Amino acid sequence: MSEEKRKDAVQVTVEFSGGLEMLFEHQRKLQISMAKKGEEVPNVAELVSHLCNDVMKDSRKDLFVLDGTVRPGILVLINDADWELEGEDQYELQEGDNILFVSTLHGG
Amino acid sequence: MTTVSVVESLRQQIATCETQLGYLRQQLAEAEHLQQQRRLRGEESVRRTTDYDPLAHDMSYGLSDDFRSEIFAALSHAEEEQQEQSVQRWPLDRTEYKRYGRQLIMPEIGLQGQLRLKNASVLIVGVGGLGCPAAAYLVGAGVGTVGLVDGDVVEESNLHRQILHSTPRIGMTKVDSARVALNSLNPNVRLISHPTRLSPESAIATFQPYDLVLDCTDTPASRYLISDTCVLLGKPLVSASALRTDGQLMVLNNPPRAKGDGSGGPCYRCVFPKPPPPESVVSCGDGGILGPVVGVMGVLQALEAIKVITAEQPGVNGNSVRPTPADSPSLLIFSAYANPMFRSIRLRARKPKCAACSTQASVTPDALNSGSLDYVQFCGSINPVNTLSANERISVDNYAKIRMEVNPFTGMEPSRDSHILVDVREKVQFDLCSLDGSINIPFSTVSSVLTKEASEVESKWASELRSHSDKPIFVLCRLGNDSQLTVKRMKELGLDNGGQRWIGDIKGGLRAWRENVDNDFPEY
Ligand SMILES: [Zn+2]
Repeated sequence: MSEEKRKDAVQVTVEFSGGLEMLFEHQRKLQISMAKKGEEVPNVAELVSHLCNDVMKDSRKDLFVLDGTVRPGILVLINDADWELEGEDQYELQEGDNILFVSTLHGG
Repeated sequence: MTTVSVVESLRQQIATCETQLGYLRQQLAEAEHLQQQRRLRGEESVRRTTDYDPLAHDMSYGLSDDFRSEIFAALSHAEEEQQEQSVQRWPLDRTEYKRYGRQLIMPEIGLQGQLRLKNASVLIVGVGGLGCPAAAYLVGAGVGTVGLVDGDVVEESNLHRQILHSTPRIGMTKVDSARVALNSLNPNVRLISHPTRLSPESAIATFQPYDLVLDCTDTPASRYLISDTCVLLGKPLVSASALRTDGQLMVLNNPPRAKGDGSGGPCYRCVFPKPPPPESVVSCGDGGILGPVVGVMGVLQALEAIKVITAEQPGVNGNSVRPTPADSPSLLIFSAYANPMFRSIRLRARKPKCAACSTQASVTPDALNSGSLDYVQFCGSINPVNTLSANERISVDNYAKIRMEVNPFTGMEPSRDSHILVDVREKVQFDLCSLDGSINIPFSTVSSVLTKEASEVESKWASELRSHSDKPIFVLCRLGNDSQLTVKRMKELGLDNGGQRWIGDIKGGLRAWRENVDNDFPEY
């Protein structure tokens, strides 16, 4: 069963920090399964739209996504590295990846 | 309390104060003496306002925190003066060997490291939750010169985390208050006051004399301004921030190479080219902050500053063993309630098209000095929410009448049950204090979207309000913004029965209620 599941989906861990967890019902860590479309592997852009459209229950969507991508002030980290080092939203998800969304803080 | 015990208590308090005054006078005399000595030695005199003296302030407005430290400070001055005759024999004063002994014997510091600290000057922008612990550790470690920038005064709500300030110094400028504490901690450090808010026009002149800058401020606009100024002047920047239970730390523009030199460290704009939308920015006043969380981040800033200052200079052959600082830029994330609490993230290098640190930079000294770079506009600001029409709103005074006044037609009955009062603050705030008879529907609950499946089984709160369709709904929050948005949302959900039922917000929220109606309602 799980063997079969692995063939047509990618399991990733999604984490939120810096207050973004409040937009996701105070969950800091989620296990997300992204379906493959045939040979096509889902990328981070698709993960972001899935999180925004299907997972996020808060109506304040623009606190997470603005103009079709993650809003300014949020860093996306793929396996503890800035996504700019990994191809940004075109990075193709791999089984077991850790995707961390960090909102910048300004308080002091 | 009986009259006798009151008299006795007053006598004791007076005796305590007199003793303390004696100590303060002694300390003042020592400090004046030390100041004179420094002038004789030809040191640049400390820049301070002529009419202000922190010790005199303590004498007239408040009581010093710790007698023992004052006495020791005074005694160490005396010792230091004795040493001045034999000052050239060793690289450090005898008192410095003693004071810094525990860090001097570490290979990471050693004699060269201590001398580098002594020759270093660090500017701390913001003397709040981050700046206080950062300043305390840098002054304690013997950084030669520490500058303090802040335009605010000490408030009671600062004291749970801003550890240099104290209860008697409420109302004093933060810069002056910090000077009192830091001077008592280590009188050998030269402290420089900049008791104003940093502005684009003043930034370059303020930063120029310093080797390193700590960003301990609390707004996006100041973070961009500080980073830009550091890039223009080629100074490394230690930047930290904190909110609720989380903190973040970055060492930026390190090493501070020339514009366009890819081997230099990234700046704040490389990491965050665009400012966050203003509605996503939450302050400590609105979101809350745990003292030790921001304290940890400030202490880490001091640590990173010490590492940068004492790092082996390239091309200099020192014989001390010192670890080389991590080359790749990183962001340290602290989450007090996560496991593990610390996480280090690899950051991007300098951005080839960065507006500040690339060859295509639009941020220039002229643009900054002339004030043509408007950081506040760049970061935007939230307009006060004003989405309702006048007949959807009620003042706190009129609402108080509805609550308190007897109904002229039915006699004695107060009309409290005649309506529904909805308080949309989060539950934790509602539990602190609330108006009698109010019901709590947190704004986060109101904002959560009704998915297709859930809209059939309507949210519990909405269906409960629907079941009392005859009673008007008054919506209340802390400051009067979320309440307006809630009124809008309730009407979208049709809770007003197509205009049959009145739904409106109480203008200015509980703050206005406290100011105009009930002064006893707690302020937090
Ligand atoms: Zn840059």
